[in-house]
Amino acid sequence: MRPWIALNIKSVNYEFLEETFGSKSQLLLQSNPVHKKIPVLIHVDKPIPESLIIVQYIDELWSSSPSILASDPYDHAIERFWAAYTDEKWFPALRGLRVAQEDEERKALKGPVIEGIVLLEEAFGKCSKGKAFFGGDQIGLIDIAFGCCLGWLKVTEKLSRVKLLDEEKTPGLVKWAERFCADGAVKGVMPETEKLVEFSKVLLAKLSGAPTKK
Amino acid sequence: MADEVVLLDLWASMFGMRVRIALAEKGIKYEYKEEDLKNKSPLLLQMNPIHKKIPVLIHNGKPVCESLIIVQYIDEVWKDKSPLLPSHPYQRAQARFWADFVDKKVYDVSRKLWTTKGEEKEAAKKEFFETYKILEGELGDKPYFGGETFGYVDLAFVTFYSWFYVVETFGEFSIEAECPKIIAWAKRCLQKETVAKTLPDQKKVYEFIRQMRGE
Repeated sequence: MRPWIALNIKSVNYEFLEETFGSKSQLLLQSNPVHKKIPVLIHVDKPIPESLIIVQYIDELWSSSPSILASDPYDHAIERFWAAYTDEKWFPALRGLRVAQEDEERKALKGPVIEGIVLLEEAFGKCSKGKAFFGGDQIGLIDIAFGCCLGWLKVTEKLSRVKLLDEEKTPGLVKWAERFCADGAVKGVMPETEKLVEFSKVLLAKLSGAPTKK
Repeated sequence: MADEVVLLDLWASMFGMRVRIALAEKGIKYEYKEEDLKNKSPLLLQMNPIHKKIPVLIHNGKPVCESLIIVQYIDEVWKDKSPLLPSHPYQRAQARFWADFVDKKVYDVSRKLWTTKGEEKEAAKKEFFETYKILEGELGDKPYFGGETFGYVDLAFVTFYSWFYVVETFGEFSIEAECPKIIAWAKRCLQKETVAKTLPDQKKVYEFIRQMRGE
């Protein structure tokens, strides 16, 4: 989703090729032989894998406004830090919570996910400086990095029966999430929660080797 | 006003070494503070409260964490000398991809060689060489990963050279036998003063690991 939003922000025309879950196309295997994963951006026959690398590429190549990344090197470093934190620490913790089957397991796994969100709430306060997004007036790198996890966050809230975004503990992020999902570049890209819940069940069944329920 | 640059680091850290090479490439004067990871300083805990790890660069009182983020920051702030990343967006994306690959794969697969035994260790050895062969493939016949000159990916990976003796001793293999191009490339990088002065002696690093293991 991240490159999708970045391309929308820059008003770049693109062709979207859907990969089938469970079966990788020749084009994907050729374009990303190292990790064999999506997303891959192919620009004039040159492939670029890894979503955050793609977003930075899009921002640097289509350098006219609106800018996605901050222009100040220090703000830039902070953006990269939180984007990396989301990807390397928080999202794997969220995934762990979502696939947990037992209540005891969920209790133990809930803590780090909520702590992470509280840290992101603080980061939002500092980075946004009172404006709409982490990036200020416009969507920036952290908005894209964390915003694209919102779909899975809502699925986890439903499946694990936990409240992650909370008006009391994370009021800034609650409002930010509404604004992010309503933004022109994001609407139409963010999948519906119900569809993601169904997809999550397919994934879980695949993991456990059980037949998919209809 | 002169810049105040402080680096919180550990001499044997291949991540810290990346920052030291970058600072040396740019000719930046800085204060080096050695951290004891068993007894982390209040400054480290204050400057990196989330991960509590080195390296941390403190520039005019503001902390930057995570070695590759620090290197990119240094490259952007001191942009007039010795650029580390290429200028074209596509080459920059490629450089970021390979540095990210080194981060995601090389440390973990190396670490398993001195922390596991038996079947797990054999599996780690296999993964180690698969990873190194991929990197050798990417290097190809170029003198550096960056092409004709030392660049971002070279900087991200060459610091692991100081750990090669550790890896070879615990892994009971020779990297040169399987991946000669990697060794040739590392020795080429060591001809650069900034790299040679930064990388510690391999045997010193081995003694450090032995001490950490309580041997």
